[in-house]
Amino acid sequence: MSRSPKPRLAVWKFASCDGCQLSLLDCEDELLAVAGAVEIAWFPEASRAMTRGPYDLSLVEGSVTTPHDAYRIHEIRKASKTLITIGACATAGGIQALRNFKEVRDLVPMVYASPGYIEILGKSTPVAYHVFVDYELRGCPIDKRQLVEVITAFLHGRRPNVSAQSVCMECKRAGRVCVMVAHGTPCLGPVTHAGCGALCPAFHRGCYGCFGPKEAPNTPAMASAWQALGADSAELIRVFRSFNAYAEPFRRESEAHER
Amino acid sequence: MSARTAKAGGAGRTRRIVVNPLARIEGEAELHLTIRGGHVADAQLKVVEPPRLFEAILRGRSFIEVPDITARICGICPVAYQMSAVQALERLCGIEVDPQVRRLRRLLYCGEWIESHALHVYMLHAPDFLGYEDALRLAADFPAEVRRGLRLKQIGNDVVRIVGGREIHPINVRVGGFYRVPTVAELQRLVEPLAWARDAALETVRWVANFAFPDFEQDLPLVALVHPDEYPMSDGRIGSTQGLDIPVSEFDTHFTEEHVEHSTALHAVGPRREPYVVGPLARYTLNFARLPEVARTAARAAGLGPECRNPFKSILVRAVEIVAACDDGLRLIAEYEPPAAPAVAAPPTAGTGYGCTEAPRGICHHRYRVDARGTILDARIVPPTSQNQKGIERDLRRFAATILDRPQAELVWKCEQVVRNYDPCISCSTHFLKVHVHREHRRR
Repeated sequence: MSRSPKPRLAVWKFASCDGCQLSLLDCEDELLAVAGAVEIAWFPEASRAMTRGPYDLSLVEGSVTTPHDAYRIHEIRKASKTLITIGACATAGGIQALRNFKEVRDLVPMVYASPGYIEILGKSTPVAYHVFVDYELRGCPIDKRQLVEVITAFLHGRRPNVSAQSVCMECKRAGRVCVMVAHGTPCLGPVTHAGCGALCPAFHRGCYGCFGPKEAPNTPAMASAWQALGADSAELIRVFRSFNAYAEPFRRESEAHER
Repeated sequence: MSARTAKAGGAGRTRRIVVNPLARIEGEAELHLTIRGGHVADAQLKVVEPPRLFEAILRGRSFIEVPDITARICGICPVAYQMSAVQALERLCGIEVDPQVRRLRRLLYCGEWIESHALHVYMLHAPDFLGYEDALRLAADFPAEVRRGLRLKQIGNDVVRIVGGREIHPINVRVGGFYRVPTVAELQRLVEPLAWARDAALETVRWVANFAFPDFEQDLPLVALVHPDEYPMSDGRIGSTQGLDIPVSEFDTHFTEEHVEHSTALHAVGPRREPYVVGPLARYTLNFARLPEVARTAARAAGLGPECRNPFKSILVRAVEIVAACDDGLRLIAEYEPPAAPAVAAPPTAGTGYGCTEAPRGICHHRYRVDARGTILDARIVPPTSQNQKGIERDLRRFAATILDRPQAELVWKCEQVVRNYDPCISCSTHFLKVHVHREHRRR
């Protein structure tokens, strides 16, 4: 294997839909530039040329759901100078973490006739539950502009400039009419991490939390506001239990409505 | 290069080839080939994708959440999941969407076909034909072609973004219609790019037509949607080259899924338990006459007849389908007038709903049982790749047998190509299970 002076990039997949690593290929304008700035050392979705570590930057997509993956993530951490998780699965357990609220042995037979063939962990967990993570990029899916920013920041040895504010703030800044106040459409924007550009309100729809909880969200107040618009406990549980269900603030809030 | 070979100790000359992971496919899988005494004894496409239990986690959710949740099955073809889901649930609710909403949904689907097919043709599949490890290396020698592919993919993504809100996991699709419909002016901005894309797709057909295709025919029944007036995408009956013609609600009575040990995707089998194949070859062969004229002409000029059963030529059929999707997109935009309302009300209804649409990789069938409050009681999703798995393994066995004398590296690469002919989307397959139960198989 030849050692190039370029930083060596690896892209890894755990339990996920492939969408976040696809975002890298979706950077059509930037892709060839990124490919010129790094050595793509491990990216099976894009290339059959695969080389061993160590890697300077590992992007990890997906959550840990099997005993083998729980082992594999440690191997990847050991081989990586910097490890960045991309997307809701890797940072919060993803939609498949809905099973964390149930007994997995009850769920498997709903899908498979021969559950004995299946070996999975009881919970779908974020990568940071297993190893140290240098940076977590949120979103279901991630925003490709943020992905380019994170890779660029890494290449220049600086922290990524990614807003930690709420979708609500993004929406205000974009000058949109509030769907919740003006139309009575329930919206998770005030408690949801920014990144999508307040997409749903732009489509006359309430935010449904793709980017997970923002820093220190006031979820009880959010739940009260939803209740004022007619949401019952069952709906609130579902609302906080979606793509980022296992992220601590959302998990606590959904559990509060179960009691 | 990730292929390994092992020779057996005692049982004659046995060669095992393992490719792990298999590159340039969506999701993770392994390829296992066993050659014994100069014959292919076994060929398996093993799926290493951990199960995500979608059907189980859908239980107890509200029916209106289904398009958002099922989109997350696959980042490459989320629209396919949304379209099959809303079709199933709208039929269950007994509602008919506005014709303009139907038009917009087909336009959205065209965007996904363009994006997904361009990704596969240029980034994942063309490097096999031209002998490159990946599209980035291909770009060094074919910069104009790779740039054309990226631009095509981008235009497909733009269509999905304008209609659906974003490229991956669109936010605008709902049971009953959309949350917001685009204005005529918003869609008009897509006309020029789509016209360019149609030309680029025609270039793609001409480029791909020059590739070398092994002389090889798939001998399994082909299954696709058929529609009297249009090349099938979001609607139709299920047809086959064996003369099957059934409504999508009868899928379950004609096709069954088997839980086989080695790969644990639930393999689908047809009426007589025989494997079958879905995807571009099936769509094309069953619907050639309904392709737009420009696509049919391009296909004929590229040497394709009204049927195509050579899986290696699927890249050519995908290129023809990009032409069709661009042309259709332009027609849909020209015919578009915003509907009176973006959606019709969808009252929760107890019962079972069925939906089936043509994902880029083939038919994607959904079934939902719902109670009177709109809660999902039971869900069944049959993605295209799990239907194709048996056909892929059969191709592997049959094709590998014809090239056993080739050098190892070439044999392995060709076998990989056989799998990539199907553009398998492993992430898609909600049923897929783990694989390392069978590790002893690899070590033998």
